[in-house]
Amino acid sequence: MSNLFAAARDRLPGKGKVADTRQQAFEAFERAGLPHRRIEEWKYTDLRALMREVKGLAPRPDTTALARAKAALARLAIRDAARLVLVDGIFVPEFSDLAGLEAGVSVQALREVLEDAGSQAAADLLTVSATDAMISLNAAMATDGVVVGIADGAALARPLHIVHVATAGSASSFTRSQFTVGKGARATLVESFVAADGARAYQANDALVITVGDGAELSQVRLVADADDAINITSQILSVGAKAKLNLVNMTSGGAVSRLQGFITLAGQGSELAVNGVNLLKGTQHGDTTLVVDHAVPNCTSREVFRAVVDDRAHSVFQGRIIVRPDAQKTDGKMMTRALLLSDEAEADNKPELEIFADDVSCGHGATSGALDDDLLFYLRARGLPEKAAQALLIQAFVGEAIEAIADDGLREAVMAAAENWLEARV
Amino acid sequence: MMALLEVKDLQVRVEDREILHGLTLTVNQGEVHAIMGPNGSGKSTLSHVIAGKPGYEVTGGEILFKGEDLLAMAPDERAAKGVFLAFQYPVEIAGVATMNFLRTALNAQRKARGESEFSTPDFLRKVREVAKSLNIPQDMLKRGVNVGFSGGEKKRNEILQMALFEPSLCILDEMDSGLDIDALRIAADGVNALRSPERAMVVITHYQRLLNYIVPDFVHVMSRGRVVKSGDKELALALEASGYAQFEDAA
Repeated sequence: MSNLFAAARDRLPGKGKVADTRQQAFEAFERAGLPHRRIEEWKYTDLRALMREVKGLAPRPDTTALARAKAALARLAIRDAARLVLVDGIFVPEFSDLAGLEAGVSVQALREVLEDAGSQAAADLLTVSATDAMISLNAAMATDGVVVGIADGAALARPLHIVHVATAGSASSFTRSQFTVGKGARATLVESFVAADGARAYQANDALVITVGDGAELSQVRLVADADDAINITSQILSVGAKAKLNLVNMTSGGAVSRLQGFITLAGQGSELAVNGVNLLKGTQHGDTTLVVDHAVPNCTSREVFRAVVDDRAHSVFQGRIIVRPDAQKTDGKMMTRALLLSDEAEADNKPELEIFADDVSCGHGATSGALDDDLLFYLRARGLPEKAAQALLIQAFVGEAIEAIADDGLREAVMAAAENWLEARV
Repeated sequence: MMALLEVKDLQVRVEDREILHGLTLTVNQGEVHAIMGPNGSGKSTLSHVIAGKPGYEVTGGEILFKGEDLLAMAPDERAAKGVFLAFQYPVEIAGVATMNFLRTALNAQRKARGESEFSTPDFLRKVREVAKSLNIPQDMLKRGVNVGFSGGEKKRNEILQMALFEPSLCILDEMDSGLDIDALRIAADGVNALRSPERAMVVITHYQRLLNYIVPDFVHVMSRGRVVKSGDKELALALEASGYAQFEDAA
């Protein structure tokens, strides 16, 4: 494994403190190795078994790769957004809508920031509070990403859309981005993970650090539609300020193995968090959503709604931990997860955990899993819907509860359309 | 003329118990048949088997619909051919808007018959028209299917579907259960408006009361899994006076 870092080193931006940070991060990763089932947080997603090894760094995209990426971009359903495009882990300005950015938005390539100065400030971009082997690996290997700032008070009319396009085969990309929403600002961030035609068996490792300033509102939508045999490990480190709102909706419908691990800190009083997730999995897909919501201060609200639709021999994992710190009184934290199993061999693991150290709180969780309701199916079939169409209607309703939270009509429809595509592929 | 529905010597089991022991019933176009009988006589089982509900094992006999083997068809095929079951307890389907459901179902039936899909304006006009005649407010159509509907609203929603899908055979399973007299009258008016020379109805009920509003051409009494007596509407009145006990022995 040590070869991985040595082979990539010359291509990793940043000297001085940045290079030191990478070295330390890689050493931390090497000590831990790929997470496996005896690491509690990774119990259901054993990367030693599922991933086996970390593949070498994807080559810098050439003209052919960029042309394939462009074709993939043309297929994206979300159009009315300012795009920031990363191809095989490299920011591509010519595919990005830098000229169309609204006032109050600043965008820099991570690579530029890291290369500009080997300073501590630059090195800090590779450092986060969460400790995890895959985050360490990301810090060591990150080639690029975007550093986005939204000025205090700015209210953006258009969503910003970070698009990750994979074109390489049997290679890894490591991206790291930072998204800072200033005080009282309002923004929408969309993230898409897509594959160009012919991109096979790649591994994406992304880290995103988001800070939502006091009184700000961020609406975040993720669409993971990677290639069937790809692996996507994403870590998000989110911090929500006082009286700020963060509304995150994740939909995973692609990838052989995917994991979204979110480390969310409610850092300012009166903040509100809503995380809704949908996994649509079939074949032998493995999809994992693991969230740690840390109520660090009093008077914050968190809601997690998770829906999994699992077909064939697919495997869905939801782990939700809510931590309430000793002085975080009046915390209101709830999570509800439901899995719909469409075949006898489908598997869903739900692990809710509450760690409550304060005494005046309202916290709860619920988890269910089961098949589609036979009475509902018969009713629809008695009205003329063929079996798959009846199932599709009920599945849409099931995931709809999680998608409804997207306020933007166009975005909500795009996410629903992604779900419908998945359902149509079943028929 | 070929009968619309022919049930011949039908024997049905649920798990290890035989519920219907050789039931025979013939329904022609334009006729309204009432099927009466005490609880457990097999009335609802008959309606479920005709509609194709899973969980029933037909061990003998046959059902022909327009001369075709109905039991060989999937429930959705039966619906497309013109069989409609108005459920005793219509289910609530959260997250599926009534309008979306109605359109999807109607177009699925039309597609199965090789007909073109309804255009949106035609569809909306038709739904509004029928909804108005059944006293169904527009906002009910925007809600999830039957979600939060009262008993009467659910039954009216069944009749709305009946009017929209224009089936040739309507089976009304205990339509009067859970309805007060006003709700019953509205529902019955809706049903009566759909009576036509081309359409037949099978009205399943425990009580004679419903038959004051939907007046049948024929009345059959079921007991212990068979039709034990058939007659005209006078039979229903006689039953009201004397009860079902007299038939318990006959079966």
